[in-house]
Order: sequence, then structure tokens, then C-alpha cells
Amino acid sequence: MAEVTLIKAINDALATEMARDPSVCLLGEDIGRGGGVFRATEGLSRRFGPERVIDTPLNEVGIVGMAIGMAMNGLRPVAEIEFSDFIYPAFDQIVSEMAKMRYRSAGQFTAAVVVRAPSGGGIKGGHYHSQSPEAYFIHTAGLVVVMPSTPADAKGLLSSAIRGEDPVIFLEPKALYRTVKGEVPEGEYLVPIGKGRIVRPGADVTLITWGAMAPVAEKTAETAAKEGIDVEIIDPRTLWPLDIGMIEESVKRTGRAVVLHEAPRTCGFGAEVSALIQERCFLNLKAPVARVAGFDTPFPYALEKSYLPDPERTLRAIRASMDF
Amino acid sequence: MTDAEILSVLRPDGTADPLTDPGLPDPELLSLYRHMVLLRAIDEKAVALQRSGRIGFFVPSTGQEACSIGAGHAVREGDWIFPAYRDHGVGLMRGYPLAALVGQILGNTADATRGRQMPNHWCDRSIRLVSVSSPVATQLPHAVGAAWAANVRGERIAVLTTFGDGGTSTGDFHAAMNFTGVFRLPVVFFCENNRYAISLPVERQTATGTLAEKARAYGLPGVRVDGNDVLAVRKVVGDAMDRARAGEGGTLIEALTYRLGPHSTSDDPTVYRSEEEVAAWRGRDPIRRFAAFLKGRGLLEDPAAEEAGAKEIVRGAVEAAEGAPPVPLSGMFEDVYAEIPWHLAEQRDSLLSGKE
Repeated sequence: MAEVTLIKAINDALATEMARDPSVCLLGEDIGRGGGVFRATEGLSRRFGPERVIDTPLNEVGIVGMAIGMAMNGLRPVAEIEFSDFIYPAFDQIVSEMAKMRYRSAGQFTAAVVVRAPSGGGIKGGHYHSQSPEAYFIHTAGLVVVMPSTPADAKGLLSSAIRGEDPVIFLEPKALYRTVKGEVPEGEYLVPIGKGRIVRPGADVTLITWGAMAPVAEKTAETAAKEGIDVEIIDPRTLWPLDIGMIEESVKRTGRAVVLHEAPRTCGFGAEVSALIQERCFLNLKAPVARVAGFDTPFPYALEKSYLPDPERTLRAIRASMDF
Repeated sequence: MTDAEILSVLRPDGTADPLTDPGLPDPELLSLYRHMVLLRAIDEKAVALQRSGRIGFFVPSTGQEACSIGAGHAVREGDWIFPAYRDHGVGLMRGYPLAALVGQILGNTADATRGRQMPNHWCDRSIRLVSVSSPVATQLPHAVGAAWAANVRGERIAVLTTFGDGGTSTGDFHAAMNFTGVFRLPVVFFCENNRYAISLPVERQTATGTLAEKARAYGLPGVRVDGNDVLAVRKVVGDAMDRARAGEGGTLIEALTYRLGPHSTSDDPTVYRSEEEVAAWRGRDPIRRFAAFLKGRGLLEDPAAEEAGAKEIVRGAVEAAEGAPPVPLSGMFEDVYAEIPWHLAEQRDSLLSGKE
């Protein structure tokens, strides 16, 4: 197996699924001739042609709305939003149309669109190139929300999203696009939607995290191990529907839970994970469920490093949980 | 023809202008008329149902029958329809069954969409009549996508999408028109300019003299038509759909019409428009104008009998559907996703067991 970057794995998933199924097509800004601002679609226009890799005018409403119509008429569109910070013009199309088509038509029409969007901070992108909007979409009935943290998961989950029958918001941790490498199976490869991954087994505390915070969690666990704290890391991979079974089993075993994400704290997905844990594991908990998150401010350009959770902040939360 | 001219067929004396007459055979002319009469009977009955508390809401199309029936008649097998909530006539003309329409209004088990949406939000996959939503003009970009998919497969079909004058102010209108122009797609944008978006007059919706001229900015032809003249609507939409099917791209049609009733059963139009204005448009009633033409052609004898017959048909359909049982509770949790995920199963079970 070859070691590749996360962005290469995304490209691989798109190419593999397009080769397998002629109804898979891509649309978005700069994705054809330009190969995408992050090069996710590099070479695909040349290989599959401009009818399947569609350079659209600059309009997110048009991109998502068009994708919905394509899906209703038999295609499997994968729409790219250049940065998840630019997804809000299409919010209505996503939450009121794409997410609701199956329900409101009682299954007569569906909109199995995959919306890919680079997400999160860590690239010195300031407020408009760094946000983590997952909670908006998790809150929306009818959407599947996915965020991989490894190249293999990126390929396997994107392939599953494309083949699935539900609309998917596929958030890609852009900070990891070229900073992580990993072995990725060649050819068709699927990771099931809705199944988490135990990144690191441990006995003392369960650390639940996703996206670009997964490597932060791993660094934290290494340091914690030196202090004698054995951290179990869970990456749900699919944020919604969440693999609650895996989290419940782990927290019942460790008795402690910390949720780590870079999105703002208030009503961030950590709040829901925390509520689910206390509903299900109350009698097993040895400490309150802790949250380590971005602050409730706009994403700050110059102070990005202090805004994003790091191993030190995460370790402090873990120590507090252990010492409770 | 410039984009300020208004195409019409029916002349004041009740005859058809031979230069623009689409030349439909007699049975088709009669079918157009009967569907218009049926549509009005549906509206009258639905408003009465709302007033008596048997349904919660309705959006009547009274006064605009020539638009939706004329446009619906131009749709062929294989074409797609992305309608606005006031355009039940388009579906009705395409064969959306009255029983299904009534079932949807009632929202009980007679509703094929399982009571999921308020009245006027119908759909029927078998005739490619796409599910209606309430946010204005959101269906326009969907029409673009369906047209693209048809093109990719080499299908020679057209896509019809309908909306009102208010819809032309939305971002979705701009996106869809622009994409259609750039990609040269077979989408026909049928705008029913009924002069008011709820209370706002069209002069406050746009500073352009016409809505049709907006097409020019997108590289599309824009045409205006008398929206109270069913033959003119049929002619203009038919020509645009033919052009679309022939691969010649999209068209924006502005149909000039008037909503004789309220925006919805929750609206009181007397606060924003005058009695005189309404009376003037009542004089241009699309059904009466067409009836006069049909009488002149010897195709129609007794309009009152036609209207009474339609009322009877609608009454029977409501009676048949009103007794259907209410939708089951468990259906609330279905069709959210392709399969019911754990959290919805938990919520459903909690509700059904009385714990919730």
C-alpha cells in the first residue's frame, strides 16, 4: 500500500468512484481546468471530461441547487464548496431543499448529493478560511455529516458517501490535507458511514475528537502516557449519525470523557456528545464530561494558535478529569 | 418582437388572432377549458374547507388559471416540472390526479406524501412533478440540474419551472438564469407576474420596465405574454419548450396576470389594493374570455353547467378523501434518511411507548 496525503486520497476516491460509476460527476468553482484550489480534483477534468467535472459560475446557491436537480434526475453529484466558510449562501438549499427532499415527497424524490468543503483552521486563513460549521448541519434533520482525519478514512468515507442514498456534508480538515500521510488501499475502498474508529485504546479517559484535532489528541495522549494517564481516543469519523455505541462502551469502561473540537464551544457538537454521554453513562462517570473547544469568538487571524485547542489545553482538561 | 411587446391570441371580440393561434384541435381546446374550470372549483372548495376549519391553509390560483393550465398543456411526456406553490394547475393539466391533490390538501392517509407538508406542496414522481417548497424560487436551480442531467444522457426533453414576480428578486433566480445561459440548458422559466408578491407591488420588486428584459443579462431570450389568455400562454410556453427540446437553450417568459383572490387564506388583500383594480381584472377573467371564444367556435354551450359539474366532481373527491384515517405517528420518523438511524428509532420508540 502506498503512503499518500489526505488530499491525494480525496482525489483517489473521486477518480475511483467516477471510473466505477458513470453517473458520478463533480461540480464547483475552479475544479475543472484549475483542478480545485486545494488540487482535490486535479487531473479529473482531463480524464473524465468537462461534462463530468463541471466548472460552474461563482455561485454557491447555483452549485448546490443544480446538484440537487442532477441528483433528482439520476446523477450522483459531488459538489465542491471552495471553503466551508463560503457554504452559507447555499444554506437554504442545503437545509430546506437537499435535506428535506426525501421527507417532504415521502420518498418520491431524493437528493443524494455529496457536498465537499475544506473546513477548519490552521492555515492562517483568518475568519473566512478557517471555520468549522459542522454543528449547523448536524442540527439539520436529513443530513449525514462526515469529517475524516486520515487519508484512508478520507478515501473510504468519501466513496461510501458517493454511493449512499442520503445527502452528505463532507467536511475535509484542510490543515491535514498535506500534513498527514498514511497508507491507503488502492482501488475501490469503503469505510462504512456511521462507524467510529478507536484511534488509540486506553483505560483511564475517553477523548472524543475529529478532523484536524485528531493529531492533537494523539500528541496529548503521548504526553499523558508519560504522566501515567492512559488515554483512549475515539474519532467518530461520521459526526452524524454518531456511533454512540462505541462512545458509550468506552466511557462506561473509563468513567471519564473529554470532547475536543476546534469549532466554537457553545452549541458546538461537543455539547451534544456531552449530553448523550451523561444520559447514557451517568452512573459510570467519575468526573463531569469536559469540553475543549474553540472560543466563542469569530475566528481570529493573528491569534489563531491561541484559539485552536492544542495538546497543552487538552492535557489540562484530561488532568482535571483525572483529579476530579 | 421586442421584449416589451405582449403576445396574445384571444381578441376582444372573442375570436383568435390567426397569426398567433397555436391551432389546437377542438378536444384539446375543450380540455384546456375544463381544466381551468376544475382548477377554479378546487380553489373555491379548498378556501371553503379552510374557512370552515377542515384544513389549515390554502393558496388559491383564482385569476391565474390560464397561466398554469396553458403552461401545463405545453409539457410533454419526459419533461420535468419544478412548480411554485400556486401552480397546482400545471400538475393538474399534466395528469396529477384530483384524488391525490385533494389528499395532499387534507394531509391524511389519502395523501401520497403522508401528511408531510401543508396544502399546495404536492408532487408526483410518475409525471416528474417535483415536490414544492415554500421558500420562493428555490426550485429554479433544481430545474437547471435536472436539465443538465437530461443533456448528459442525450434526452431531448425540456424542463419547466414556474414562479411569481417576487421570485425574480431572489438569488436563486439569478443563479438559475445565469447557469442556464452559461450552460445553454433546456430550461423554460415561466414567471407569472400577478403584480403582487403578497402585498408588494411589482414596481417595488424591480426598477426595470418589464421582468422579461432581465433575460438579456443572462444571454437568454425574454418574452411577454397575456397571462389571462390560455391560448397565448400555450403558444409561448409551447414554443419555448420546443426550442429547449431542440437544444436551443432556455427562455424567460413573463406572463402578465392578476391574482383575483388573496395570496393565501391567511392574507387580506383589501389592505394593499383597491376594489377598482380588482374589478378591472375581474373583467379580464381568463375563464370567461376563453368560454366566449369556445362559444363562438360552437364548442361550448352552457358554461354554468360546466362549472356546476366541476364543483360536483371536486365535492365528490373531497368526500371520498376526507374519511381517510389520519397518518400514523410512526410515519413522522420515516423518510428522514433512507434508513432509520438509531437516534430516530429511539425517539420514535419513546413517543410510541408514551415516555416522551
